[in-house]
Amino acid sequence: MLKYVSKKFLSMIASLFVLASATFFLMKIIPGDPFIREKAIPEKIREHLFAMYGLDQPLWKQYLMYLNNLLHGDLGMSMKQQYMSVTRIIKESFIYSLQIGIFAIILSLAVGLILGIIAALNHRKWLDSATIIIAVLGVSIPNFLAASILQYVLGSKLRLLDVSGLNDPTDFIMPVLALSFLPAAFIARLTRSTMLEVLSADYIKTARSKGLNGRVILVRHALRNAILPVVTYIGPMTANIITGSVVVEQIFGIGGIGKYFVQSITNRDYTLIMGLTLFYGIILMAARFLTDVAYGLVDPRIKLTKGKGG
Amino acid sequence: MKKSIFTYLTLLVVLTLVLAGCTPKENNAGEPNNATNGEQTVAKAFRMNLHSEPSSLDPALMEDNVSGTIATGIYEGLTRNDESGKTVEGMAEKWEVSEDGKTYTFTIRKDAKWSNGDPVTANDFEFSWKRSLDPAMGSTYAYQFYYIVGAQDYNEEKIANADGVGVKAIDAQTLEVKLVAPTPYFLSLTSFYTYFPSHQSVKDNEAWAADAATIIGNGPFKMGEWQHNTSIKLVPNEHYYAKDQVKFTSIDFTMIADSATELANYETDALDYTGKPTGEIPAEQIPVLKDSMKDEFYQKGIASSYYYMFNTEEVPFNNVKVRKALAMAIDRQAIVESVTMAGEIPSFGFVPPGIIGVKEDYRNEVKDDFFTENVDEAKKLLAEGLAELKLTEFPKVTLTFNTSDGHKKIAEAIVEMWRQNLGITVEIENQEFPVLLKNRSSMNYQVQRAGWGADYNDPMTYMDMFVTKGGQNSTGFASPEYDALIKKAYASGDQQERIDAMKEAEAILMDQMPIMPIYYYSNVYMLKPGFKNIFLDYKGDIDYTRGYYEAK
Amino acid sequence: MEDKQLTPDQFAKLSKDEKQTDTIVRESISAWKDAWLRLRSNKIAMAGLIILVIVAIMSIIGPIISAHDFQTNHLKEKNLGPSVTYWFGTDDLGRDLFTRTWMGTGISLQVGLYAALADLVLGVIIGGIMGYFGGRVDEILNRICEILYSIPNMLIIILLIVIMEPSMFTIVLALSITGWISMAWIVRGQIMQLKNQEYVMAAQALGANAVRILFRHLIPNAMGPIIVTLTLTVPSAIFAEAFLSFLGLGVQSPAASLGTMINDAIKAWTLYPWRMIFPAAVISITMLCFNIFGDGLRDALDPKMKK
Repeated sequence: MLKYVSKKFLSMIASLFVLASATFFLMKIIPGDPFIREKAIPEKIREHLFAMYGLDQPLWKQYLMYLNNLLHGDLGMSMKQQYMSVTRIIKESFIYSLQIGIFAIILSLAVGLILGIIAALNHRKWLDSATIIIAVLGVSIPNFLAASILQYVLGSKLRLLDVSGLNDPTDFIMPVLALSFLPAAFIARLTRSTMLEVLSADYIKTARSKGLNGRVILVRHALRNAILPVVTYIGPMTANIITGSVVVEQIFGIGGIGKYFVQSITNRDYTLIMGLTLFYGIILMAARFLTDVAYGLVDPRIKLTKGKGG
Repeated sequence: MKKSIFTYLTLLVVLTLVLAGCTPKENNAGEPNNATNGEQTVAKAFRMNLHSEPSSLDPALMEDNVSGTIATGIYEGLTRNDESGKTVEGMAEKWEVSEDGKTYTFTIRKDAKWSNGDPVTANDFEFSWKRSLDPAMGSTYAYQFYYIVGAQDYNEEKIANADGVGVKAIDAQTLEVKLVAPTPYFLSLTSFYTYFPSHQSVKDNEAWAADAATIIGNGPFKMGEWQHNTSIKLVPNEHYYAKDQVKFTSIDFTMIADSATELANYETDALDYTGKPTGEIPAEQIPVLKDSMKDEFYQKGIASSYYYMFNTEEVPFNNVKVRKALAMAIDRQAIVESVTMAGEIPSFGFVPPGIIGVKEDYRNEVKDDFFTENVDEAKKLLAEGLAELKLTEFPKVTLTFNTSDGHKKIAEAIVEMWRQNLGITVEIENQEFPVLLKNRSSMNYQVQRAGWGADYNDPMTYMDMFVTKGGQNSTGFASPEYDALIKKAYASGDQQERIDAMKEAEAILMDQMPIMPIYYYSNVYMLKPGFKNIFLDYKGDIDYTRGYYEAK
Repeated sequence: MEDKQLTPDQFAKLSKDEKQTDTIVRESISAWKDAWLRLRSNKIAMAGLIILVIVAIMSIIGPIISAHDFQTNHLKEKNLGPSVTYWFGTDDLGRDLFTRTWMGTGISLQVGLYAALADLVLGVIIGGIMGYFGGRVDEILNRICEILYSIPNMLIIILLIVIMEPSMFTIVLALSITGWISMAWIVRGQIMQLKNQEYVMAAQALGANAVRILFRHLIPNAMGPIIVTLTLTVPSAIFAEAFLSFLGLGVQSPAASLGTMINDAIKAWTLYPWRMIFPAAVISITMLCFNIFGDGLRDALDPKMKK
C-alpha cells in the first residue's frame, strides 16, 4: 500500500509540473497583459509595472523564476488585486466553494444512490420509469438554467430563501441543489444499471437459491458491487462540481473560487491563473487518488492488478 | 428494505422542506432595516451592490468605479462635488488661485481628522500625491497629476527627486500647488479619488490597503468589515468633521456579478439600490421597470460617449467618404429606443452633455449637429468612396467589440442596419477586453467598439485623445490643424478662448470621422422610496455619504 | 454381461424431417441484429431515437420552411410572443425565433457530433493501443492521459478559446483536447478484458497481426460501451458549449447555438418566457432523448442483461 501511495504521489508531482508548464506557456500566448486598460496607461508606468512583476524578463527566465518560487511554496502576488497574495485569495474564497461542493457531493451521492436502487429494485415497473425520468431530467437541463429557475421560484416568487449570498445555513439550499442536479442524476442512472447487472448475476441467483433473505443479498452482495462504478465517478464528479460552481457562484453571488475562474483569465492576472490551475489540478488529482484507494478498499480484486499495472 | 429506503427518502424530502420553510425571509443582509413611524429621519443602513471586488483601496492605486464608490465613503479630497456638479469645500475650507491661474493655495480645515483621530494636514496631501507619483508605486492613474509642475518628469524618472514636484506643505494647514499651465478644471480634479490623501503610516505597511483593519481614511465613513470578493461594510467615522451630516448606520456593499441576481435582491428587499454606476439592471427589464416601478426608477445622462473607431490606415476606412457613409447609415434613435433602452442620447458629436463649457453645459453651447443620418447620401458617399479606392465592391471587414451582451446586441443591430441600408456585409466578432485593447493599440482592427468617460469636467478630457500619435488615438488620425487647436486650448487660461478652440477641433474630428459617434451614455438605477440625498454626479459616480432615510 | 445382438430391424430409416433436426432453421441472428431487435422492443428508447431524428430534421428544414431568415432585425417587432407570423415569437432584436431556434439546434448538434467524432477517433486509437499492448506502452500513455485528465479542463478550454477566438471549430477542438481521455480509458478497459479471451488467442495463434486483431476482433466487441459513451458525449458537448455561452465564449454572432440563445434570454425570461422556453425545451428534449436512447442502447448492447 505504502509503495502504491508513494508511486501515485510521485506521478502527481509529475502531473503538476506538466500542468504548470503547459498553463504557463498557454497563458503567455494569449494577447494582452495585466496592465492594459481602455484608458491606456503611460508607457513608462507600464514598464515599471512589468519590471515589478518580472514580466520584463525573457520568457524562459520568467518560467524558471516561477518554478523556483513554486518550489518554495510561493504562488506570488495577484496582479489585479493589489497586495493580495494568490495563496490568500485561494484560501479565503475556497472555503465557500468547499462548503457548497461537499454538500453537493453528499447530496448527489445520497439522492443518486437511493433513486438508482429504487429504480433497479422495481425494474420495468412504473417506479423505475418515474425515477429514471427524474434522473434523466436532471441531466437535461443546463445548470445555469436550473439555478436561475430555482432562484426565481424559491427566492423571488415564494420568498422562501434569500436570492443570493451565503449568510445563513438556508442560503446553502439553492446553490447545493443547483450543483447536485447533474451528478445526482448521473449516479442514479449508474447505480440503476449496475444494480440490474449485479442482480441478474449468478452469485446473486445462488445466494437467492440458498434462501438468503432479500435484505442480506441486497446489502452484502448487490449494493457492494453496485457501488463500484459510483466510486469511480467521484473523480469526474468533483470536476463537474468544480466547473458547475463557476456558474452557480456567479448566479448566487457567492465569493467562492469559481468566481475567479474566468475573471483571472479576463484580467490576465497571470499569477492567479497559475495558482488556480495548480490548485484545481491538485484537487482533481486528490479526488482521483481517493477514488483509487476507495476502489481498492471496496473491491479487493483490484489490488492485484493495480500492483502490476500501476 | 424497500420500505426503509422510502423512509429515508421521505425523511430527506421533509428535512429539505423544513429547512427551506422554517425561515421565511422578508429581508436579509445583516441588520434588518428598522423603520419607525412618522415622517422623520430614521437610522438605517444603505445597501447597494458593487458588482466585484475593488482593484484597490489605496488612493494611489485605485482605477475603477468600484474602488471609487467605496473611496467616496472612506476618503475625502480637498474638495467634493455636490449634486449640481459644483465643486464645494472638502478637506480644504478655502483656497486661493494666483493671478496667472498657475498657483493654488489650499487651507486645510482644522477639524479635519483621520479615522484614527490623527489630524489631517497639508503634509499628508504632499506625502500622498508624491507617493502616487513615485515611479516605484506603479500607479496607473498617476498621470492625473501631470498638471502639476515636475509631476510628469518625476513619474517618468526624468528627475530623480520628488522635491522638484510642485506640491508643498507651507505649514500643517497650508498646501501650495504649482501648475504647468493655467488649468481651469484643476479644482474639480482635487475631488477625484487619485487626489485623495493617505495616512503617512502607510509607508510602514506595504499591504495596508488589503484589509479593513489597517485602512485609515478621512471620509464620512470608515471600513467596518471586508470579506474579500463577497462584501464590504462601512460604518460612520466618529472623527469626521461633519459627522452630524452622516445619517446611515452603515453602508453594506455586496459583490454580485450577475445582473439578474442583483435585481432579484432589490425586488426581495435585500438591496436598497440597484443599477449604475457599479451594478447593472438587465437592459431588457428597463422598459418594464420604468413603468411598473415609476417611483423608484431613475435615469441620468452621464458624461460618457459610446462610439466605434475606424482604422484609418487601412482600406476601406482610409477613405473619409466610406467612414462617413457608415456613420450616416445607421438609425441611432432606434438603437437607443429599442436596443439599449436606458435613456441614452443619440450622439452626433464626441463630447457628451454634462461637461462644463464657458458658462453652462458645453453641449448646450456647442450643438452636436456636425452630421446627420441620411441613407441616400450615405449610399452616394459609399459609392464615391469605393470608386476613389478603385474597389468594385465593399471588401470584407470585421467589427470587433469586447465580450458583453450589451455590446453584442448593439453590434448586431448596427451591422444589420448597414446590411439593409448600404447592402454591405460586415462580420462581427467579440474579443475579450485585453485582446481588443491589444489589437487597438497595435491597430490590428478595422472597426472597433470603444467608450470614453470623463476624467475631469472639461471638454479637454475628450479632445486631447485624438492628437497625432496620442496615447489614446489608435485610429491613425493625424491632423496638424487639430493638434494646433488642442495646443492652443492647453496653453490658454481664458475659458472662452479654450472652448472656441476645442469647438473647432471637434468640428474637424467629426468632419474627418476617425470615430463614429453612437450615443451618450445614461445611467439607470433604482432606489427604494424614502431614501433621500443619494445622487450621481456628472460622471455618473454615486455619492451616498450624506444620504438619509425618511419614513413616510 | 449379456451379449446384445444388433439386428437390422432395430435400425429404421430417418424420415426427411427427422434428418434435419441438427440444422438451424431459424435465421441466424448476428449480435447487432439481436441488439437492434432488443432496442426496438424498448419503446422509450425508440421514442427517444425518433424524437432525435425529428429534431435533427427540423434543424435542417426548420430554417427553410420559415418565412423569415435568422438575422433580419425587426426592431419595431421585438419581443413578440408566438403568433401566426412568428411561430415562436421574436427576440430582443425582432429576429424570428422559430428560424433561430432550429438554426441554433443545428449548430448545437454539430458541436456535439463533431466533439463525439473527435473523441471517438482519438479515444479508440489510443485506448486500443493502451489496452492491447499493455506493459510499458500502456504505462506511458496512461501516465500522459492521467496528466491531461487531471488538468482542470474548463480552464484550459477557456484559455484555448481566448487564444484562438471563439468559433465552432475552436470550441470543438478545445472540448476534444481532454474529452477523448475517458473514451480511451473505456476502450482500454474493454480491450484488457477481451484480449485474454479464447478467440483472441486463437487469432493470435493463427498469426493475425496486432492491427487486425485490434480492429477486427477487439474493437467490434467493445463497440457496445463505445457507442453508449458516444451517445453521452454528444449531450455533454452540447452542454459544455451552453456553459461556454453563459461565459460569453459560445459560437459567434450572428450565428447562434441553443446555449447562446438561452443565455440571451435568461436576463429577461420572466418577461419574455417564450424566448427561453423554446430553445430550452429543444436543448432539454435533445438531452433527454440522447440519454434515454443511450440507456436503451446500453441495455440492448449488453447481452448479459438478456433475460
